[in-house]
Amino acid sequence: MSELLSTLGVSFNAIVAMLPEMGTAVGQTLTMLGIGLSAAVLIGGPLGIVLFLVADGQSLQNRPAALVLGWLVNTVRSFPFIILLVALVPFTRMIAGTSIGPLAAAVPLSFAAIPYFARMVEQNLREVPRGVIEAAHAMGASELQIVLRVLLVEARSGLVLALTVLAISFLSYSAVAGVVGGGGIGDLAIRYGYYRFETDIMVATVAILIIMVQLTQFTGNRIAKRIDKR
Amino acid sequence: MTIPLIRIEHASKTFTLPDGGRFDAVRHVSLDVRQGDIFGLIGKSGAGKSTLLRLFNLLERPDAGAITVAGRELTSLSKRDLRDARRNIGMIFQQFNLLQNATVFDNVAFPLRIHGGQKPEQIAARVNQCLELVELGVKADSYPAQLSGGQKQRVAIARALASGPAVLLCDEPTSALDAETTRALLATLRDINHRLGVTIVIVSHELSVLAEICNRVAVIEDGAIAEEFALNEPAGHNAPRKTALGRELAAFNAANTLAGTHREAAHV
Repeated sequence: MSELLSTLGVSFNAIVAMLPEMGTAVGQTLTMLGIGLSAAVLIGGPLGIVLFLVADGQSLQNRPAALVLGWLVNTVRSFPFIILLVALVPFTRMIAGTSIGPLAAAVPLSFAAIPYFARMVEQNLREVPRGVIEAAHAMGASELQIVLRVLLVEARSGLVLALTVLAISFLSYSAVAGVVGGGGIGDLAIRYGYYRFETDIMVATVAILIIMVQLTQFTGNRIAKRIDKR
Repeated sequence: MTIPLIRIEHASKTFTLPDGGRFDAVRHVSLDVRQGDIFGLIGKSGAGKSTLLRLFNLLERPDAGAITVAGRELTSLSKRDLRDARRNIGMIFQQFNLLQNATVFDNVAFPLRIHGGQKPEQIAARVNQCLELVELGVKADSYPAQLSGGQKQRVAIARALASGPAVLLCDEPTSALDAETTRALLATLRDINHRLGVTIVIVSHELSVLAEICNRVAVIEDGAIAEEFALNEPAGHNAPRKTALGRELAAFNAANTLAGTHREAAHV
């Protein structure tokens, strides 16, 4: 194995020496993702539900609300992530107390993840057949009951896949967070692999990212399939 | 004369079309359905019969007019009271509209759970009772995707009956089913009407369906009732029908009755 790697110009020893730092980096990446995805689910999820409910032809149809919310979501999503990262520094300081480190980087990540996930939730809820919602109305269900017992139940497997897509996109977004000293695997790849031409570290970090992406997608697919009874 | 179970008074409903035009789906319709009736609404597609049916539980709110079901005038109710009133009005649909990600049991339990106030054991007992009624007790743990069309519609009937409604609204209930399944389903509906005394209002474009189970029908043309008459009553046969659909339906019904008499005679 080490021979194979060395023929590729990769030093096994250099990677071993980096292992502790890689461990830390993986931890930092997971921290950023954990916070970003939690914010996406807890804030972006309800926002997506509201986006769906106030849209034309839905039960809480409200043109002004739909316009304002849609405009807000689109605007935040228009920012290139790196610009958002810098623009949000004062806000990040306020929330995280610092603008450096994985916790600070989690703030702009969450900010970007919330409208992203909200749109995906809205899209998935639109796939729920109208008739099913109508049947629930006919049985006397309230709006909240329709959300909890109809929309989320019927759209659940699509929502899991949406979260999977989000997790994978934000794994690469988190690399950009290295710019503000966010840390994480992507940051490692940029600092060692790109700036210092340490190809072995680059290869190792990319390998770790590939494994994480594959595992995330595999798990997401498995769960989505298991809970889909349609 | 007793007060009818359902009374529609001067109901109108106009839709604004995407191109800005207006479409009068229901025009000044007044209609009574008596307790125990199986009342049919027939008409060509686009005649407004489904919209009319959806006024009965306010899935569609009329622009004008009053809808009274079991003594409650629905258009004047608050949201909360309307939800409560809807427990008394079950509904089934052409496309069944079951929750695909819920078991048959959970589908039938849905109306009981959303209104609360019942213990899980009470709900389970009621769900099983309703599933037995439509002969699907063994399918309680199945998901709708594992059932045939006829079975799905039976689950929908069990779900609609779970809260013990006085009225069952049926919107093209057999249009997605084959002839044989249709016959079996109509027998189930008739049985529910006879045994439980549930009043049924059924919309269909199939003459055979209405001729088979209705005791009264209204022919809907251009959003209004063109005529209304009783089936299976000797006097009804003689009265001249005003509409083509009405004549066809009466002829169909007469043939049916005749065939029925022959069958019974053969049986003896």
